[in-house]
Amino acid sequence: MTGFLRVAWLVVQKDLRVESRSFEVVSTTLFFAVTVVLIFAFGLVREGRPADDVAAAILWIALAFSGTLALGRTFERERQSETLRALLMAPADRPAIYAGKLAGILVLLLLVEAVLVPLVGLLFQAPILRYPWHLAGLLLAGTVGFSAVGTLFAAMLVRARSRDVLLPILLYPITVPVMIAGVRGTAALFQATPDEPLARYWMALLVFFDVVFVTLALWTFEPVMTD
Amino acid sequence: MSADFSTLTVEQLSRHYGRRKALHRVSLTCEAGDIVGLLGPNGAGKSTLLAILATVLAPSEGRVRYGAHTAASGGAALRGRIGMLGHDLFLYPELTAFENLVFFGKLYGLADAEASAASALERAGLRDRAHDAVAGFSRGMRQRVALERALLHAPRLLLLDEPFTGLDQASTRALVDRLREVQRAGVMTVLATHDLDTVDGVLTRECILRQGRLLQVDPSGTTLRDRYHATVHGA
Repeated sequence: MTGFLRVAWLVVQKDLRVESRSFEVVSTTLFFAVTVVLIFAFGLVREGRPADDVAAAILWIALAFSGTLALGRTFERERQSETLRALLMAPADRPAIYAGKLAGILVLLLLVEAVLVPLVGLLFQAPILRYPWHLAGLLLAGTVGFSAVGTLFAAMLVRARSRDVLLPILLYPITVPVMIAGVRGTAALFQATPDEPLARYWMALLVFFDVVFVTLALWTFEPVMTD
Repeated sequence: MSADFSTLTVEQLSRHYGRRKALHRVSLTCEAGDIVGLLGPNGAGKSTLLAILATVLAPSEGRVRYGAHTAASGGAALRGRIGMLGHDLFLYPELTAFENLVFFGKLYGLADAEASAASALERAGLRDRAHDAVAGFSRGMRQRVALERALLHAPRLLLLDEPFTGLDQASTRALVDRLREVQRAGVMTVLATHDLDTVDGVLTRECILRQGRLLQVDPSGTTLRDRYHATVHGA
């Protein structure tokens, strides 16, 4: 287990170091996410009043789209110099490589969310500070589920010619339950009369999805990467 | 678990992509100190064979034995005895040469990855550029770092995919010298190349592939180029 964590940590450190030199993934993902939110704000906010109950959906749409962009860019980087192959050749548990890549993407997406959530709160008058820990839990659990599937598919498609087209086609249908649970849970917190038990229910469901997706991805990563 | 080995045996290896046969019943052997050249036109199956030997691609049929092990039985420990230099060099351009080597050294579980990286850069003649980003290196410099990366963990089997591409004469000579040094250390080298004149006299064994099949080498030519053309065009 310590070997597993050591390798995963090495991969995370490496990914963050590479990103700190270029800011390529964070900057493009953030720019895209902010643009999506601004476009919705122009369409759905009239005279300073947003349409009812749209904030949660807009937040998760922005996360899903920008997350897909981040996944694609992260693995494009590994493809350009075939470094993913070098990682797979290392005498390390291949699932640990997956875990490291997943953790690296999670850190980048959580950074994007740290900007996106206040922006949605500001533009759509969403009460993001009413239940901050519940909201953070929902976002974290949803991002883990989305990234767990996305990391597996992005790695799998790294050598495919039409990977940019295939990634969303494969990713969105499978992560629809995560998105639905995320939107419903967040909406329960943002509504005029917050429904905390409902938010907890959706969060529990998200954690269940996370366990299933992460387990399946760890189990299938090696065979899908070598066949 | 020890997964050391001093022979490599490829038995009736095939790899199919749908109906296309990238490799068809290829067999070869390799012993300590051998430098085996995989020669053949583009699409002959050289890179596919290297990927299977590197354990990053599973064969459709047949098997590869690394001494007493297979890729499945040797697992991670076996991978720790294989080094590969791909056509795309396997280096992170944003990281410095030193950071690249330290990262892979740690990934390969080297006890003192920093010291190993420093020695490797010394051997590559790049000690003074150790802390420069690889993105700013010439092709020859990157190739030298990449070769040292592949040799950092003292592998028993070294796999090289088009290692001479884009190198000037001095870098080519340096690479050939390094290969001979590695050969003296008993490392098995399998290299795929189109640079017939460069590897003439360096290879201990020539394997010529065409359309995924291993051809019987025509021994009549005096140079590798002659033998290659006689084999490929005479087959």
